[in-house]
Amino acid sequence: MLGRLSLSAIPLDVPILVGTFLGVAIVGLAVLGLITYYGKWGYLWKEWFTSVDHKRLAVMYIILALVALFRGFADAIMMRTQLALAYAGNPGYLPPHHYDQIFSAHGTIMIFFLAMAFMTGLFNFVVPLQIGARDVAFPFLNNLSFWMTAIAFILVNVSLFIGEFSQCGWLAYPPLSEAQFSPGVGVDYYIWAIQLSGVGTLLTGVNFFVTIVKMRAPGMTWMKMPVFTWTAFCSSILIMVSFPVLTVAVALLGLDRYFGMHFFTNDGGGNQMMYLNLIWAWGHPEVYILVIPAFGVFSEVVPAFSQKPLFGYGTMVYATCAIMVLSFLVWVHHFFTMGAGPDVNAFFGIATMVISIPTGVKLFNWMFTMYKGRIQYHACMYWAVGFMVTFTIGGMTGVMMAIPGADFVLHNSLFLIAHFHNVIIGGVYFGYVCGMNFWFPKVMGFKLNESWGKRAFWFWFVGFYFAFVPLYVVGFQGMTRRLNHYDNPAWHPWLLIAEVGAVLILFGIVCQLMQLFVSIRDRNLAENRDFTGDPWNGRTLEWSTSSPPPVYNFAIVPHVHELDAYMHDKENGVDTRCAGGQYEAIHMPKNTAAGFLVGAFSLILGFAAIWYIWWLAAIGLIGVIGTVIARSANKDIDFYIPAEEVARIENEHTRKLMAQAAE
Amino acid sequence: MSDLHTTSSGESHGSVSSYIIGFVLAVILTVLAFAVVAMHSLSPSGTIIAVSVLALVQVLVHLHYFLHMGGGSEQRWNNMCFVFTVGFVAIFIVGTLFVMNNTAIHMMSR
Repeated sequence: MLGRLSLSAIPLDVPILVGTFLGVAIVGLAVLGLITYYGKWGYLWKEWFTSVDHKRLAVMYIILALVALFRGFADAIMMRTQLALAYAGNPGYLPPHHYDQIFSAHGTIMIFFLAMAFMTGLFNFVVPLQIGARDVAFPFLNNLSFWMTAIAFILVNVSLFIGEFSQCGWLAYPPLSEAQFSPGVGVDYYIWAIQLSGVGTLLTGVNFFVTIVKMRAPGMTWMKMPVFTWTAFCSSILIMVSFPVLTVAVALLGLDRYFGMHFFTNDGGGNQMMYLNLIWAWGHPEVYILVIPAFGVFSEVVPAFSQKPLFGYGTMVYATCAIMVLSFLVWVHHFFTMGAGPDVNAFFGIATMVISIPTGVKLFNWMFTMYKGRIQYHACMYWAVGFMVTFTIGGMTGVMMAIPGADFVLHNSLFLIAHFHNVIIGGVYFGYVCGMNFWFPKVMGFKLNESWGKRAFWFWFVGFYFAFVPLYVVGFQGMTRRLNHYDNPAWHPWLLIAEVGAVLILFGIVCQLMQLFVSIRDRNLAENRDFTGDPWNGRTLEWSTSSPPPVYNFAIVPHVHELDAYMHDKENGVDTRCAGGQYEAIHMPKNTAAGFLVGAFSLILGFAAIWYIWWLAAIGLIGVIGTVIARSANKDIDFYIPAEEVARIENEHTRKLMAQAAE
Repeated sequence: MSDLHTTSSGESHGSVSSYIIGFVLAVILTVLAFAVVAMHSLSPSGTIIAVSVLALVQVLVHLHYFLHMGGGSEQRWNNMCFVFTVGFVAIFIVGTLFVMNNTAIHMMSR
């Protein structure tokens, strides 16, 4: 009846997990209680959960990403604490079985649910506004994508308290991840979480590709498109081309585990090396999917706070596209040591080094943008400059490891760990946080507190170096990744320093939370309010609407004449909004519960399949298919906002603009 | 203008007759391929070449009649996406063969 699931699956013997469960349960019940007490369920359901508005979905994505950050960081600091303690006979406080789950969950969560969700959140908010569109091309799919990502994250967290998570690292290499060596449910949790969130990510890629190709405002030719939109475009292409490879690789692994097939097993003709080849043919483009939009954020932030146009727009676009294509030609550098000959390794090593050229072009473009600019050292600029320094170091260690001979020494050492955290924290995370600081007033209508933003930056920046430079050192000394305990006295002091770094980063996260808290508390102060919709003297179309933008984004679709369309209009005295013009009724998509329902049934399907509860899995699958059919048959999916309502909203905004100007 | 963002628009999705022509062509090409193998009328290498050519024509028939790709200017994006996809798939397949074959030789795996 319940398949493999029994009471013994609940880890009551692990005090850390019981404590975590109690904490989560208490906080969760408190939140649910407060929502019920204030009667907000209907509001949440109608305005958020079923919303197809890209702006609402963006906020939900970023909240999901922040929750994932807390979970992923909790794992990180537990690992660092274990390694600070587990020295010379001391086993530490995490037994190997638990420790292995923690490093696997850390990587999986940080990539799939922090970075991907944060990126999708930024895409959702910024891209339609930057190209002058009223929504994305497929608003319902957008909502569905969000729920698939959210339920996959829920599934990963369920594994904390029911059963176990994968102990095979964030990419679950076979043969360790095969049923022979990992008979438990851990890898199945991993497989289902990856596959379900993969559906959401792929749909996001399709959605934004079509949005950018089809829905740009009149006049916005390709070379008048803002750089962030370009990067979102390249990222979407990478998603569409690479995520199917991940789906296939993980599906084959699933077939091995569920049906006793032999794609990647040791016996029966399987070849585990093929899994590495497939997973990295996705995995390398994946890191570029993440970092290219971060480059886009900096390309918007640096010009805005230097009060200058971006230096070398054309080279920026070509560099982005070059990186996009090159990212498909380098995947073997993740397994130089697998046994291919010098021909293969030399080809992929050189291809890897070539990527540093367009990336270098970008760095110089940002620096020349700052050169002779009127730079305002806003918190956004702190993250941007911190990125330039940190990412350069990470890029150089990457080129070091692109030398196959050097990689034979550094492969799977902590040097590698230090390298990719250097580019992912210093590039991706700094970029996304920078973007959050930059676009927050557009989303909410008030600015984020700057002092706390700068404090958060300094803790993250300094904490990063304390946490990861020691890992470069011990990596050179031969310490491999994923060690549970060690007895080399030379490593111990460095790992203590790394623990200090992790604590500094913890302070950084606390400062970010304080920043949100203080900003929301002081949201009505005059200096924080943004009535104009253009707090930074911005250059692109998103700053031409009100903050927060009306549900339809643009009452009258703007006409684009130049790159940096809004700056062009401001300089030439053109009213981008066409205030007081002739408004028409606006056609909008209706909210729908279908995305939520497909997500909920998928969660049931995934959970049931993990535990072999086949009748429940059938219910989940029928639910998914039934919901999709019902949704497809539904013709009542759109409505019109009457012209008078549009006029009322627009005139209200104009009145506020006038009042602001009069002060 | 006002319904720009929610209604589907663009290229034709074919007619009943074009689907039937495509279907008949696909059936003929499939039967031919089986016939070439079953009748042993060609040499082994000739059979492989014939089946490959028939497969290629089959792909083109599918692209034209079922995926509605053509030479018209409104098809530019479709064609570009297709070429791009073929390019990336080629990178994956050629790269995988290159890597796995080389690895197999060095590791004596298979």
